[in-house]
Amino acid sequence: MSVIQADHLTLSYGKKPVFADLNLRIPKGKITVFIGSNGSGKSTLLRSLARLIKPQQGTIILDGESIAKLPTKEVARRLAILPQGPVAPEGLTVLQLVKQGRYPYQSFLQQWSAEDEKMVKQALEVTRMEEFSNRPVDSLSGGQRQRAWIAMTLAQNTPTILLDEPTTYLDMTHQIEILDLLYDLNEQENRTIVMVLHDINLACRYAHHVIAVKEGEIYASGAPEEIVNEKLIKQVFNMECQVTVDPIFGTPLCIPYGKGRKVRTPVFSG
Amino acid sequence: MNRWLTLRGAKHSFHISGRTLSVIVLLLIGNMIAMTLCTGLGSTPISPVNVIKAIFGQSDATTSMIILNLRLPRVVIAVMVGSMLAVSGALLQGIVRNPLTSPDIIGITGGAALGTVVFIIYFSHLSIQFMPVSSIIGAFSAAALIYLFAYRHGITPLRLVLIGIGMATAMTAVTYMLILSAQFTPTAVAVKAFTFMTGTIYGTSWERDVLTLLPWLVVLMPLAFVYARHLNVQELGDEVAAGVGSRVQSQRTMLLIISVALAGAAASIGGTIGFIGLMAPHIARRLVGPAYGGVIPVSALIGSLVLMLADLIARTAFIPLDIPAGVFTAAIGAPFFIYLLFRHRSS
Repeated sequence: MSVIQADHLTLSYGKKPVFADLNLRIPKGKITVFIGSNGSGKSTLLRSLARLIKPQQGTIILDGESIAKLPTKEVARRLAILPQGPVAPEGLTVLQLVKQGRYPYQSFLQQWSAEDEKMVKQALEVTRMEEFSNRPVDSLSGGQRQRAWIAMTLAQNTPTILLDEPTTYLDMTHQIEILDLLYDLNEQENRTIVMVLHDINLACRYAHHVIAVKEGEIYASGAPEEIVNEKLIKQVFNMECQVTVDPIFGTPLCIPYGKGRKVRTPVFSG
Repeated sequence: MNRWLTLRGAKHSFHISGRTLSVIVLLLIGNMIAMTLCTGLGSTPISPVNVIKAIFGQSDATTSMIILNLRLPRVVIAVMVGSMLAVSGALLQGIVRNPLTSPDIIGITGGAALGTVVFIIYFSHLSIQFMPVSSIIGAFSAAALIYLFAYRHGITPLRLVLIGIGMATAMTAVTYMLILSAQFTPTAVAVKAFTFMTGTIYGTSWERDVLTLLPWLVVLMPLAFVYARHLNVQELGDEVAAGVGSRVQSQRTMLLIISVALAGAAASIGGTIGFIGLMAPHIARRLVGPAYGGVIPVSALIGSLVLMLADLIARTAFIPLDIPAGVFTAAIGAPFFIYLLFRHRSS
């Protein structure tokens, strides 16, 4: 069963076509990750799924309905998107930011319902941001800041969450922290998570479903253990590598060839 | 620590920062005091007690005449024009997501001034009541031109500011050209036009000025407050705003219309009083943070306070000369703008 589906999608950026006649399904209740090299269009694709970019042709179907025909607030109650590298205004506190996630449920007279309060509180709890709620977002570290933005999308209380490179600019500890948080949201609350990730190994570890994008086409899609291999990496990233098994998780682990120091004889020689 | 108040009923619910509320109350008191002081001070000083007496009809005819007919309308206009310029600036800074802008910097008040000067030179045979209309037409024409030049699949903030700065210069140039080249312009008319361009609220009256401006204020100010919510999400960036279900472009157009109408209406009475639209929202953000539910009312109160005080200095510092208030807002505003540029240099 799919929650989002793209049918015969044609997208262009200015005059340059990015996708032509593309079909795609995002499975419900799973973690789906788009992988692909820079400029492959994976981010454009993610944004178009969230109606941030209008396709020239084709339709995006959300829960069986065309996204273009749904009121934008209704879409916002079903699907949240966190764009890449968002910036909060100077001095805006975490609480004030997270509250904005309630926008699709509010009106001028209803700006802080009991439901709003509950959802904001929950979002702050899940992301462990309660203690920072009165701190300005711009005073936080990179990882905390990203958690604040994720809290905002959680306050939107949507069954589906899209994230464009949520771990960019974070150190490894915080990358894992963010991805663990998203993993828990999927496991415990059964939310559908769709994201763009740069790190193939982390993609293989967290994603149930990967979609490999290459030059405006979907090269392959499926479970990482079924589709990620040397040939795919070569074709999609134009990189020679060896795909082995992650010693802890058993998921595919991609080790690039190239230069570097060799300390002892490689264990997995090819 | 900031305490939050929750107001919740069957059909309404609000979340108000305690800090914002106390700042608003203090500024309201400050405005009241300033109004009383400004009404009292002048070439004939009148004590605050007598000012209040006169307002409630408890004084002699001369004092009552000075207070009610000469000074009070001018102070009321300072409150109205100051707050309208401030809110216009606050909206504009939010729309373009750039704190270094205001209706005077991007040429909207320049357009209004041009509209007014055209009226002074070519249509002075018509009733003075039409002057604001001419001014607002000027403001909207300037805004429409900026919008037209800046539009390419929607409006991006940076392009709007850059084109606006060019527009401001062009508007001033055209206005000066008009004043200087109109062959039959009597010197008195030229002086009037020049004074207007500096920004002054000299010689205001209840009927001509206060009543003309009032409908604009009554409609536009609440509308600005209602739109604060949309501006809050827009401040997070277009994609985030669209993601949470905001109709970004149509709301931005509406916000721009409110901002331009506020500046245009204010300029029709006050001329091009500069920098209030720039300074007031900055001070407001310093006091209550960047959320617009607080920034809009606080900016309004600061704008009115600043213009009241600037006008007080303008008409009392060099008695019997009455200097345009715009000179003094510029005197504080220009260094402030440089300070802002300096502070934003690093970011």
